[in-house]
Amino acid sequence: MEEQYRFPHKHILGIEELSSQDITFILNAAASFQEISRRPIKKVPTLRGKTVIHLFFEPSTRTRLSFEIAAKRMSADSFNISASTSSATKGESLIDTARNLTSMNPDIIVIRHSSSGSPHLLAEHIGASVINAGDGTHEHPSQSLLDMLTVREHKGKIQGLKIAIIGDIIHSRVAHSNILGFTKMGARVFVSGPATLIPQGVEEMGATVCSTVEEAIDDADVVMALRIQKERQFDPLFPSLREYASFFGINKNRIKKAKPDAIIMHPGPINRGVEMTFDVADGEQSVILDQVTNGVAVRMALLYLIMGGEER
Amino acid sequence: MSPTETLLLQNGRVIDPANQIDGPGDILIENGRIKTTGDAYSLQCPENGKTVDLQGKWLVPGLIDMHVHLREPGEEYKETIASGTKAAAAGGFTAVACMPNTNPVNDCQAVTALILSKAREAGFARVYPVGAISKNSAGTELAEFGELKQSGAVAVSDDGRPVANSQLMRRALEYSGNHDLLVISHSEEMSLSKNGVMNEGALATRLGLRGIPRVAEEIMIYRDLSLAQYVRRPIHIAHISTRESVALIRRAKEQGCMVTAETAPHYFSLTEKAVGQYDTKAKMNPPLRTQDDREAIFEGLKDGTIDVIATDHAPHSPREKELEFDQAANGIIGLETAVPLTMNLVRDNILSPSGMIELLSLQPARIIGVEGGSLSIGSAADITVIDPDKQFIYTKERVVSKNTNSPFLDWEFTGKAVLTIVGGKITFSEIEGIG
Repeated sequence: MEEQYRFPHKHILGIEELSSQDITFILNAAASFQEISRRPIKKVPTLRGKTVIHLFFEPSTRTRLSFEIAAKRMSADSFNISASTSSATKGESLIDTARNLTSMNPDIIVIRHSSSGSPHLLAEHIGASVINAGDGTHEHPSQSLLDMLTVREHKGKIQGLKIAIIGDIIHSRVAHSNILGFTKMGARVFVSGPATLIPQGVEEMGATVCSTVEEAIDDADVVMALRIQKERQFDPLFPSLREYASFFGINKNRIKKAKPDAIIMHPGPINRGVEMTFDVADGEQSVILDQVTNGVAVRMALLYLIMGGEER
Repeated sequence: MSPTETLLLQNGRVIDPANQIDGPGDILIENGRIKTTGDAYSLQCPENGKTVDLQGKWLVPGLIDMHVHLREPGEEYKETIASGTKAAAAGGFTAVACMPNTNPVNDCQAVTALILSKAREAGFARVYPVGAISKNSAGTELAEFGELKQSGAVAVSDDGRPVANSQLMRRALEYSGNHDLLVISHSEEMSLSKNGVMNEGALATRLGLRGIPRVAEEIMIYRDLSLAQYVRRPIHIAHISTRESVALIRRAKEQGCMVTAETAPHYFSLTEKAVGQYDTKAKMNPPLRTQDDREAIFEGLKDGTIDVIATDHAPHSPREKELEFDQAANGIIGLETAVPLTMNLVRDNILSPSGMIELLSLQPARIIGVEGGSLSIGSAADITVIDPDKQFIYTKERVVSKNTNSPFLDWEFTGKAVLTIVGGKITFSEIEGIG
């Protein structure tokens, strides 16, 4: 007899640590939570008495709000610390911050930080569960999970799909998590963009690198554009936004190469007219706003599962 | 250095590549010098002296580490000349050459003199200061090589802040000839390595860490070899870490370039995999590379392309190391693990015992032009005794250096220095009855 599956993770540090079974379990839980957000009274008592701290060392609107809403809809007490108000500006180290937070007995720390691996460092020095809400250029697991949920909703499956991820792969933690996540779930991932934005060894993570966007998009079920991260670029990596838009931007014409029912995704925020034209972002195939909706459900599921929840 | 002892070291395995000796023998030390040498049990100890039987142990010329950071002046919370040289003695080193990236930078007589006086005061090891190539290591004007040499510097280097300007490097190589100073190159093309924190490649990509490409090292080695060859001056390349770096140096030597090169024990003992889950104890510059590079380092050590093993001993406190990986400082301590890590190569038949001593003693002495490196009669009694079979675990509590930033903590080792003698004075002993 098969042993009953229990969600085995205390922390959500990256997609790398999750198995396909874990991912399916999270997506199922998230799907079951979606309904709560459609109720007139959008609140369940599941995490009553639990303390969630959102520790954001980098600016964020969507992710932070999404985590906060998720925590509140689960009845957890949630608190926000952002870089400008934390002791990081006074020179306190992350380990000291972790020790101080531990003294206040939180249950979950949701961290966003510009240094890759900072959630791992925090997890080593804190008793609470840690959720990575984006670390440097490493991973953004909750974004990848909501992307997978969105694809599954629209396509009914993930297995066997062709996923094209276009743009700034090297600086994108979303791309890294999605390459790992979609390949774990049996999809094929193709990436393309300026060669200066494709990291060395990305093939070893499971992606196929294409030299043209057309090649990557060809016959794709999902086309995902990434934001050009000007804040992470230390040197000029491509000539101009104008040239980027013309050779790597997702426009009506390029979309024709994909399957007719392909969906268009973007983790946001969009530089409209650069990564994606206005008409594509707002067009019929765009599921960008569904991604945002699903973000709340996925984060509710993560909070629930790492607190030891069982399948509802 | 005083007091010196009269000491008969008896029946050790004397390994002295300078004199092509590898066999059982005795050495008598008197008045800080090697008085006589002879076959095992052939020498008599004078009445006032002590006799030590070294059955099963290696008796070798004092080890010399030509690349360390002692952090004094300026960063005494990381290491002092006293604590660093004490760690050197515990690792079997009788002499070290210390890099100039202190605060202030060692670019003048005053700093060099301070280092030498602190070293004399401490008395654990001979210290050979390396002066800066450029004033304040800023990479614009040459430092005063003549004054540095007169005050005791043995070489010049802008280690840690490599010379970006090729014209300045050329001038340094040329002008060093007037003062018989060796130029040591930290070869790194900074425009390629900027903001990088580990070896570039699939692992860095997976960890989301910015890579340092191997070409950043290789391009600069090629530049410096070309310049040295062009102006016909010797050059020493510090801490090489890649396959192509070894190949470039091998080819330059074949072409008659007066180049010598060093690598560090971590480059032949570890690969980038040691970074694991963001372990800052595996963060250094140049970064740990791949197994293929490691094997090329083995070959370079074997065929003499690499002349020296030097540790790049770089102490940092938890303030610089217990941080996010990209925020943490580069560097690890190395003085106490160099012998055991090199012993691993001897056991794996990559090096002979005599080859090991060439790399750790004879060659560095010749390259920086200092006494030592041999057990010749009449030379200063700088002697290291290595017990090749001694097993130990390098625990945090055991560390002699002021800080413990080593990726080798809790490693089990076989083989270590058990007695260190500098000018006839015992600076470290784990042998019962002496020290």
